[in-house]
Amino acid sequence: MTTKFDSEFEKKIEETTKLGLSIAKESSEDRLMTLSVGPQHPGSGHFRFTIKVDGDYIVYCDPDPGYVHRGEEKMCEYRNFIQNIPHLERPVIHDSTNITYSYSLAVEELLGIEVPRRGQFIRAIASELNRQVYTLYWLAIYGIFLGHSTMFMWPSGDRELFIDLLTALTGARVTHAYNIPGGVRNDAPEGFKEKCLQYVNYFEKRLREYEDIFYNNPLFRQRTENVGILTKEDAINLGVTGSVLRASGVQYDIRKVEPYDIYNEIDFKVQYMKTCDSFARAYVPFLDMRESCHIIRQLLDKMPESGDVRLKLQSNPKGSSGESYKRVESGRGALGYYIISDGSPRPYRVKISVGSFRNILALPHLLIGSKLGDMPSIYWALNYWPVEADR
Amino acid sequence: MISTNHNDSAKDDKNSDSLSLKSNDNEIPFIDPNSKTENSLYLQMNSKFQNKIRLVYLKPRRMKIYVEPKNILEIANFLKTNIGFDHAESVSGTDYPEDNSIEVVYHLNSYSREEISPIILALSTKTDRDEARLPSLLPIFKSVEYHERETFEMLGVYFEGHPRNERFLLPEDWADIPPLRKDFRIKGR
Amino acid sequence: MLKELINTSNFNLLVSKVSDVLVNALDQPLGYAINWGRVWSLWPVHLETACCSVEFGATSSPRYDCERFGIIEAFGSLRQCDLIVVQGTVTRKMAPRLRMVYDQMAEPKYVIAMGACSITGGLYIDSYNVLPGIDGVIPVDVYVPGCPPRPETLIQGCMLLQEKIKRSKIR
Repeated sequence: MTTKFDSEFEKKIEETTKLGLSIAKESSEDRLMTLSVGPQHPGSGHFRFTIKVDGDYIVYCDPDPGYVHRGEEKMCEYRNFIQNIPHLERPVIHDSTNITYSYSLAVEELLGIEVPRRGQFIRAIASELNRQVYTLYWLAIYGIFLGHSTMFMWPSGDRELFIDLLTALTGARVTHAYNIPGGVRNDAPEGFKEKCLQYVNYFEKRLREYEDIFYNNPLFRQRTENVGILTKEDAINLGVTGSVLRASGVQYDIRKVEPYDIYNEIDFKVQYMKTCDSFARAYVPFLDMRESCHIIRQLLDKMPESGDVRLKLQSNPKGSSGESYKRVESGRGALGYYIISDGSPRPYRVKISVGSFRNILALPHLLIGSKLGDMPSIYWALNYWPVEADR
Repeated sequence: MISTNHNDSAKDDKNSDSLSLKSNDNEIPFIDPNSKTENSLYLQMNSKFQNKIRLVYLKPRRMKIYVEPKNILEIANFLKTNIGFDHAESVSGTDYPEDNSIEVVYHLNSYSREEISPIILALSTKTDRDEARLPSLLPIFKSVEYHERETFEMLGVYFEGHPRNERFLLPEDWADIPPLRKDFRIKGR
Repeated sequence: MLKELINTSNFNLLVSKVSDVLVNALDQPLGYAINWGRVWSLWPVHLETACCSVEFGATSSPRYDCERFGIIEAFGSLRQCDLIVVQGTVTRKMAPRLRMVYDQMAEPKYVIAMGACSITGGLYIDSYNVLPGIDGVIPVDVYVPGCPPRPETLIQGCMLLQEKIKRSKIR
């Protein structure tokens, strides 16, 4: 249940009457103020939630998504497997390689095909670069929410380096449409490997500066430490995913638990923290970015020099009837696709299970009982992207 | 290593067409002999509930069982307390107008038990299309709250025991039939 | 002698001729000054509608700096902004809120429709929840095409809006 305000409120009435104040004589409804943190708000983006405030404490929270609900799942049933790629990558426009990676894996299982080896490596490199791009944008908006404008400018600027690399690889800044069932659309250009290594080396040095200016900043620490505690049991029961789960002490990363493509040949560690507060949820993506740099270097070393990157398919590919469920670790958590096919070139049903939708459940749980001033740091640290949750 | 397993299972799956588009109670489900953990899980479940579950398929790291709506709470409780599946990754509903039924599938996974972390168990149940009511799994798995609410508004399935069967993502003035049903046609197509 | 020149019938004519001279002398420089002030300080409302908001955020980044044109996202109140950039798809749930936001802004106000989805519905033309363009909700000044438009395209759209403001008359 998302409403807990009766018992909390009764407790506060008891405390105030013990102190001898006469506030308890007012009726309960008069004390509360309803705020609608709406779809036009610098602190919420395209998402609305209603909160009831008693002084400075939040006693009730009700999320109201759906302002960007575009009906992706229904549209998938009217297009064939390849035509679905452009509109399926728009929910998370700046992490578009991961959301189409998962779709391509599921369709490849239905069609019964296998991707060539060089194609698998290029897919993994594009996926890791996209993870950096997404996390940098998330950090930039976190800076705006807390009023730290340097933290908006630095990640936005560094992000452009990776966007340059992805433009050279795929042809577009954010909407790549690069992963298709069967592989990737085209091969990497010449000189890509050297440029990529140069940028990754520069970025690793830059991450140390981010740590100094943002994570070691005493004001940021005061605002986020011991705020919004999500215990390990609660995190497991609520079914949260991604960096929110790993900040509560659970070592779960799909690239390690269920390695897809060539991730079983890459050596890396799962980054997690045990403190369970908002600072840990803000720090785990930063650790992920550092680990991602190591992964990109290993991938570039082990990639075969030449080879096919795509398996040629018929024009309207179709497989036998069946179903498949595949998931991928994206910037926000587990992104799963459940596709049912009935033997025709169009899918019968596509269900997308996104990390943002699963993490909404933690929002009422964390906001109730906390102060109104802590709301931006709790809300954005849940790594929630409203467009993806609405699909 | 992983892709070859997929190929084998996908090719063999073409023969045994065990999709619940047609309800085949007499067909032998496909069981992959390589998946030992999944086999032992299925044997554990089968020894306790003989007739109540029916296996649909068993592939490496994926299995699907079909359960009647009246038994689903008991089996979900067993899965949570004895085997260790502790959260639901997603809840999806599919509309089959030829069978006059709606199938609801819960994909369950485990964070706490490491041996079964890679396995996703699909727990599926079916209900009538005109009178769509199902018991809600909210008392057992807390993570299905918003997923069930979305299935209610998109397909019209009423979950008994869920505190809020209301619209969630659609606009407030939605006056049409639930959008993911097959008789809701997109304009112009 | 002045008393003979200015009598009741002459007075109205004299006042109208003097006011004509004054208006012609001051109207153009005053209008130019007011337009100059409006053009170089267009403050957009913080309204993120859908996926084009990522490219709008990139326009404020150090590479495609739009602050040199005076476009700073005012994080204060909505009533002191004069530009609304509709970034992306407008769904049926969002449309009444968009109209409410537009009505709350003070005159003069300008609208830029960014992205293919806000011009005609774009890629999502056959979805059940998407409006085919925002023309029916608010009056649009400049259309910026693209899916999503590059930041340079958005800056060119803002410059076209600036040209339009420079050519307009002050009332």
